[in-house]
Amino acid sequence: MHGAAMQDAAIAWSRFGSGARPQDRPPADPRRWLLGQMDRFAPRPAALAQTDTTDQAIVQYKILDDVQRERRKTMPGKNSEAFQTEREKDLNRQGREFYVTSVHARMAAAVESETPFIERLVHFWANHFAISYGRLQTMRFAPVHEFNAIRPHVLGNFRDLLVAASLHPAMQMFLDQAQSIGPNSPFTRRRENRGQPGAGLNENLAREIMELHTLGVRSGYSQQDVTEFARALTGWTVDGFRRMRTLQPMGEGRGYVPELHEPGTRRVMGKAYPDTGPKQALAILDDLAAHPATAKHVATKLAQHFAGDDPPAAMIGRLEMAFASTGGDLPSVYRALVASPEAWVAGPVKFLQPWEWAVASFRALGAPLPAPAVVNGLLDQLGQPTWKPGSPAGWTDKAEAWAAPDALMRRVEAGERIARSAQVEDVPALAEKLFPGGLGAATLAQLRRAESVTQSTALLLASPEMMRR
Amino acid sequence: MIQRRSLLVGAASFGAASLISPVIAHAAAETDQRLLFVIQRGAADGLALLAPVGDPHLTALREPLLKGYDAAPRIGSFFALHPALGQVNAMAQSGEALFAHGVASAYRDRSHFDGQNLLETGGLRAYERRDGWLNRLLGLLPTGETRGLALSTTVPQALQGPRPVGSYAPSALPDADGALIDRVSALYAGDPQLSSLWQEALQTRGMAGNVTLKNLRNAQQTGALAASLMQGPKGARVMMVESEGWDSHANQPGQLGRTVAALDALLGAVRSGLGADWNRTLVIVATEFGRTARVNGTGGTDHGTASAAMLLGGRVRGGRVLADWPGLAASQLYQDRDLAPTIALESVIAGAVAEHFALDPAHTLATLFPERKIAPREGLLRV
Repeated sequence: MHGAAMQDAAIAWSRFGSGARPQDRPPADPRRWLLGQMDRFAPRPAALAQTDTTDQAIVQYKILDDVQRERRKTMPGKNSEAFQTEREKDLNRQGREFYVTSVHARMAAAVESETPFIERLVHFWANHFAISYGRLQTMRFAPVHEFNAIRPHVLGNFRDLLVAASLHPAMQMFLDQAQSIGPNSPFTRRRENRGQPGAGLNENLAREIMELHTLGVRSGYSQQDVTEFARALTGWTVDGFRRMRTLQPMGEGRGYVPELHEPGTRRVMGKAYPDTGPKQALAILDDLAAHPATAKHVATKLAQHFAGDDPPAAMIGRLEMAFASTGGDLPSVYRALVASPEAWVAGPVKFLQPWEWAVASFRALGAPLPAPAVVNGLLDQLGQPTWKPGSPAGWTDKAEAWAAPDALMRRVEAGERIARSAQVEDVPALAEKLFPGGLGAATLAQLRRAESVTQSTALLLASPEMMRR
Repeated sequence: MIQRRSLLVGAASFGAASLISPVIAHAAAETDQRLLFVIQRGAADGLALLAPVGDPHLTALREPLLKGYDAAPRIGSFFALHPALGQVNAMAQSGEALFAHGVASAYRDRSHFDGQNLLETGGLRAYERRDGWLNRLLGLLPTGETRGLALSTTVPQALQGPRPVGSYAPSALPDADGALIDRVSALYAGDPQLSSLWQEALQTRGMAGNVTLKNLRNAQQTGALAASLMQGPKGARVMMVESEGWDSHANQPGQLGRTVAALDALLGAVRSGLGADWNRTLVIVATEFGRTARVNGTGGTDHGTASAAMLLGGRVRGGRVLADWPGLAASQLYQDRDLAPTIALESVIAGAVAEHFALDPAHTLATLFPERKIAPREGLLRV
């Protein structure tokens, strides 16, 4: 294999995938190799077989929630951690452990993956529908969201992915939907009649669905549209721990409580939606998913992720067209992506995010993954703790945010640490295999000149070839 | 009929005292002044940070959020500081903390991400500019060793731009082997981007010395570290620290109380850590936008418009609140929802920065916030 073919193989590996492994052979037809992964992708691969379902996570949450309620009842006003019971501490420990093993499982799935392009898409969508949890009580939900709401839908229709991801209990809890109640709902009316303070609307989820998940910011919707959508969403809640008698299970841990729903027709972006209970919000979601602004938003983000921070407009236009003309059929969009010549230009187009660099490093060395605590610690120190981007906008996808002095120093330090536990026989030979036709002469010279295999391995992980794709 | 009250608590107002300050003439050598920008990410509730307890409508709008303000320190007769801002209050009492209320950037929508982008880039439309106003400020300062530094692993938007800046955050990773460091320098020699980042990183690590911290979770230690990185002739002159946890949609008093206390600890540690350099330091604390005037259905507040900003430092004309108070009656609220913006945040930032570094105010504003057609505020610092 020579020249252009070799270069395409290297691009398929690193730009569309997560980097090569020592045993990988360059694919003869890189585009076909990428598209073929759609037929081979496993939504629940071996590495994730032991992770919780949504229902299991809710059961666990309820156990902790009950223990905490009980404590608050018996020790009123004692809210702080200092008053935690042994049982509660134990449950919190379990929650933390669940998070740590889930991050490890995610890393294992990415490192072992034979369908790295689709794994990348999973991570892309998990970040598009980002959840960020710091609180122990809710830590179980971020992994559960990605494994149960994102993974099964990455090769489906965008509308189904949207409904699964945006209304999943994890997202509802993260964006306060579980607490949002119609100001004129029967529930609020009843409370007011009893002279109790009214609970009310929280527009957080509605806003982020419009701004982040679908239309994109500044795409023509107004504050009034956000509020109207928030009203339509009332009633949607989490099933399983807020024992309301009239809760109707809606599947995947979601529920609908009619008394919480704001009655009446809603008007969003000029269209009227009659009060059809839970279907009112779904009807709005259908229209948001099919809106041209959504096609543009998704196309732009995908192009940015695979073809560079400032992707050419022509490419965005083609992805947008593929999205719109197929009613959001994601495989059609991915085919347009792989078919875009702009994504196959020579030379690196993206600076790797810390997660991507860590996955690529572990794949490159082919060594067994370190223990869960070590993997978690590395990601923390690299500045990208999994499922904790800190905001519903997710991690930023541009080089300016990641190519920073301290961040680079940390990669070098982390690389040295990974190198110490790896066993590579011939680092320069490995490097030539990993970057066929693309290994710089300067890098190769430094790898050869290193004073030990460990140092050479650390230099490989620090090399410009590993930092970009 | 909108009733407006102009407030300038505790100080006289300043006329056109010094359009061109005499200090400008001899600003040639490297500046000895330091700027710390603390960004409050998540939309800080200005009405909680500095509650307008003198406004007759406050209680009706947000009674559940006002516990603890009865005994809170007053700034003038109209405003009460958040009870957890003890160290900031001490600065206010000694005239080293100035507040601006009813401030907002040019941004008038309610997306955190767009709002922060505008606050940091200083542009008029989100994502239009790639460089930040702190980076452009570096271009106005006398050249030499003048350094910009972010106390974080990556470089926040406000510091990004053509002028090289550092980033640093303590880490739990073992330091790389010295021999490896040298070889990485050689490895990056032919790669302009990586070698420039690498040299910055080495320089900052050298400056930080033997830091025993492993992260930035403790606000007081973070403040002390920021101070140490700004100290001395080689210290950073333009520094940025990120403060998070301000998005108080639910159960606001508890969550916000912790975030405010952390900010107070950070600022207190900056002040004590800087020692004599405090007199050469300006701290600006600002957020992307404020929050709704009314409490929402979940005991919190939603995304709003105007908020409050703080200027701290040894030379600040403090102990007062700069406000053109818009009022909190329903008809006075912005879109019947938020505290109305009456002061451009950019005019405060540009005015204070210009006075601090002895720069021409109009030129400073035009450089930091190129499209804002506003005048820089004057008389914020003792010059």
